[in-house]
Amino acid sequence: MSSIRIKAKERAGVVDVKALMKHPMETGLRKDKDGNKIPPHFIQEVVAESNGAVVFSGSFNTSISKDPYLSFQYGGKKGDKLTLSWTDNQGQKDAETVDVG
Amino acid sequence: MDRRSALKVLGLAGSAVTALVSLPKLAMASWAKTAFEARSGADALQNLYGGNATTPSDAVKLKAPDIAENGAVVPIEVETDMEADSIAILIEKNPSPLAGSFNLPAGTKGLVKTRVRMGETTNVTAVVKSGGKLYTTTKEVKVTIGGCGG
Repeated sequence: MSSIRIKAKERAGVVDVKALMKHPMETGLRKDKDGNKIPPHFIQEVVAESNGAVVFSGSFNTSISKDPYLSFQYGGKKGDKLTLSWTDNQGQKDAETVDVG
Repeated sequence: MDRRSALKVLGLAGSAVTALVSLPKLAMASWAKTAFEARSGADALQNLYGGNATTPSDAVKLKAPDIAENGAVVPIEVETDMEADSIAILIEKNPSPLAGSFNLPAGTKGLVKTRVRMGETTNVTAVVKSGGKLYTTTKEVKVTIGGCGG
């Protein structure tokens, strides 16, 4: 199952996107119970594409909360495909595509 | 060796280890490492946008709670009606103030909503890049329980 949940709804030519990404977003500053530092593990890049064009992109730092929430709006229409993908600092990736409703 | 110089040597060794450990993080090409690892908002903006002259503006709307009971999850919303290419969020007292930066291609609204962490009561600044200039709005968020460490 994808780590990403997306809701994309169009109204008056504007697509409203709400996305939740399941990710620990470890800061690298926390310690485990034995006092060892937990290495940083966080999403760095998020890209949203529709019809082959980037409609939104962003970079996260460790200050973004665990299981990041991201919402934005762009010009589009019902039935378009929207793909959101993320890449973290360890090179892991995930992507999810939805139909704009 | 007296205690003071011993500490000095330890400190140096510490930085060398930090430098080594930091190396593998170079992998990400597009992630603006120097901006995200900057220790001040001014340095972060300089590294991210190539300049850090900002103008406070009512055209940058920043929605954040007055009081965040849980600093681990603080909702932040930045909105502007200006033609914006980019939006950034700075959290002044976090170890690395730049929390996120967002690129807005033509046709995308000047709007970003997300959730951030803050370790203590701090100023949050929304930065909007429009026409090559940086416009800001700052708001203090009081934190009851910190969101960092633990």
